[in-house]
Amino acid sequence: MEGREQEHRPRLAVWKLASCDGCQLTLLDCEDELLALAGRVEIAHFLEASSAPGPGPYDLSLVEGSVTTAEDAERVRHIRAVSRRLVTIGACATAGGIQALRNFADVEEFRAAVYARPEYVATLATSTPVSAHVPVDFELQGCPIDRGQLLEVLTAHLAGRKPGIPAHSVCFECKRRGTTCVTVAHGTPCLGPVTHAGCGALCPAYGRGCYGCFGPSDSPNLRALVPLLRSDGADRRDVVRLLRTFNAAAPAFAEASAEVEASAEAEASAEAGASAGGPAEAGAPAGNGDENGTEGPGEDGPRDGRSTP
Amino acid sequence: MTHRGSRVLHVGSLARVEGEGALHLAVDGGAVTAARLRIYEPPRFFEAFLRGRGHTEPPDITARVCGICPVAYQLSACAAVEDACGVTVDGSLAELRRLLYCGEWIESQTLHVHLLHAPDFLGRAGAVELARTHRAEVERGLRLKQAGNALVEVLGGRAIHPVNVRLGGFHRTPHPRELAPVRERLRRALDDAWGALRWVAGFDFPDAHADEDLLALAEPGRYAIAGGVPTVVPGTGAGGGGAGGGRADVRTFPVREFAAHVAEEQVPYSTALQSRLDGRRHLTGSLARYAVSGALLSPLALEAAREAGLGDPREGAVCRNPFRSILVRSVEVLYAVEEALRIIDAYEPPPRPYVEVPPRAGTGHGATEAPRGLLYHRYTLDADGTVAEASLVPPTAQNQGAIEEHLRRVAQSRLDAAGPEGADDAELTAWCERAVRNHDPCISCSAHFLDLAVDRR
Ligand code: SF4
Ligand code: SF4
Repeated sequence: MEGREQEHRPRLAVWKLASCDGCQLTLLDCEDELLALAGRVEIAHFLEASSAPGPGPYDLSLVEGSVTTAEDAERVRHIRAVSRRLVTIGACATAGGIQALRNFADVEEFRAAVYARPEYVATLATSTPVSAHVPVDFELQGCPIDRGQLLEVLTAHLAGRKPGIPAHSVCFECKRRGTTCVTVAHGTPCLGPVTHAGCGALCPAYGRGCYGCFGPSDSPNLRALVPLLRSDGADRRDVVRLLRTFNAAAPAFAEASAEVEASAEAEASAEAGASAGGPAEAGAPAGNGDENGTEGPGEDGPRDGRSTP
Repeated sequence: MTHRGSRVLHVGSLARVEGEGALHLAVDGGAVTAARLRIYEPPRFFEAFLRGRGHTEPPDITARVCGICPVAYQLSACAAVEDACGVTVDGSLAELRRLLYCGEWIESQTLHVHLLHAPDFLGRAGAVELARTHRAEVERGLRLKQAGNALVEVLGGRAIHPVNVRLGGFHRTPHPRELAPVRERLRRALDDAWGALRWVAGFDFPDAHADEDLLALAEPGRYAIAGGVPTVVPGTGAGGGGAGGGRADVRTFPVREFAAHVAEEQVPYSTALQSRLDGRRHLTGSLARYAVSGALLSPLALEAAREAGLGDPREGAVCRNPFRSILVRSVEVLYAVEEALRIIDAYEPPPRPYVEVPPRAGTGHGATEAPRGLLYHRYTLDADGTVAEASLVPPTAQNQGAIEEHLRRVAQSRLDAAGPEGADDAELTAWCERAVRNHDPCISCSAHFLDLAVDRR
């Protein structure tokens, strides 16, 4: 009977941290599937769509957004505690999002630049992915995520299998789509070779280079790509800008952009022959566990280079 | 029995709005003493990290302020940077931009009408609950929304954060035959838009009156969407700048003077800044657009407005009841569908997909009509195009003062109507949430802008 079925429907929750709402909107953009989906799962907590949130625990939580406040760091622990499976959706939740550009700068200066009364505004020095705070069962990349991939994650969950999300690069999708390579044909700088598949190679199909909105692919070879970008006419500043957008703090992109920036600075100071008094304050961002700059010593690898406590 | 004395109502997380907000209402005896919309959406510092970026980057970067209206951000950013560089985009490229914007209006306004706002009128928690009793209507709404998405997808590559917009136009412009399938869809959508309008016209609308100044863009000869001149229809309230806010009192100012008219201030309980128009509360969005440009709607949309009980804007009809904004949105959806069909039918591919926008030092201003209201961008560029300063003023930030005032009034009128014994907290809270949702606040947007114009210490 219907009542019995309802009891057994898996309970879905959708959560939002620092983000633009775009990834959770992707769920509402599944117009053809939405009502059917609502029959198969109980959408128990989805504030954007309903004012009657049901209490936990939940079988599956989708989390959008990055952790940028102490409150949200706490909230994400709560979400983990009430969720059997936790899937992060989008670049914000999996890599810190565009707001992780603060990781490369001085957040106090940012706050003072944006707000006349900065003391009213609570924020952490870094924007970090959910996985820096709690264990995550699956990460779906993209800014925004792809609708088809989201449905695959949900279907796989219902079927109790692993989501079939290929980890190869946009290049691969481009070839399959039969799009002419924009780099080969037009010398357009493109992040396709190092960017995670999922969009169907959209940008090249529209005649532009990939700007990496899906974040790094499985084993991206940035060392090989950067000289290619340079030979296509991107100067060092362009390359740094290209790598520092929506997935700026994803470790592969962050390390590469820091390297390019460092080499640009070295070159500039060698050329000028002057003392290095530049204001640049570079460094790879915190990609892990660093909520307030006070924890997480003892790990090697790149740490954030910001100057505030 | 006397009054319940003082009480405080608090809704910790508002549902069916974009982003994270809370509301706070304080009642003393039978009087509302404080009404606040608290925005606690974490700040993301767009204006700070835009500094140092290239002049080609703001369209893609600022799109990420808001997944609900990315086209609005992209096109306001393009307008402002192009203004700084002294470039004008017109002809069929400008028409294509308007077409793309129609797609966003259709999907975003339909999302609000069906999934966020309609449940309030029918006592449901959300669209899924609504679909249990009104499946056909919800399905129609989803179909309509999908038509808008399809339009953005064909022009932009995808519905959320389209990839095809660039300074000066598009990376690639469509061949007319690529638009044929979406044209078919839009033709069907026209019927759905009529059906949706008739449906919402049957809802029960509580009385309310927004007496604020109404601010929207105006364009000669047509309903302004992707550009225009800021235009103010004065309010009807105290200090309303005229007797009853007649059309004779309408004033305009150039976009480049926006910051001189719309000043912002920060309040301690919010990560958003609030705006004032020439020192007074104002309202932007559907009600304002309808007041400013309603007379320029198409004959079909005017007929729809009349049928929905909105009167004839050519005879001065203005809608100032925020509960009825759902009607105006539905008329705008119908207009956008029709307008999209018109543009597609007249479309001739431009000779080039974009015009060059070479950088130069200077400051540029741009404003377009996001679904939720006027969205203003300003950029100051260095000679090589590097952004030196950026400022974004989204509609919800402008509306926040008016939303709080409406919240206060709706709560007060419920208290008055129910007498000292009635109006329990749950009922009052539900009304307050409705008062907020009437304005379709986009909280994700409002938390991410800055301007240092005013600080009342
Ligand atoms: S990943 Fe991109 S689309 Fe998704 S919430 Fe973050 S900014 Fe929005
Ligand atoms: S091609 Fe690259 S930038 Fe474009 S949508 Fe795909 S992943 Fe994102």
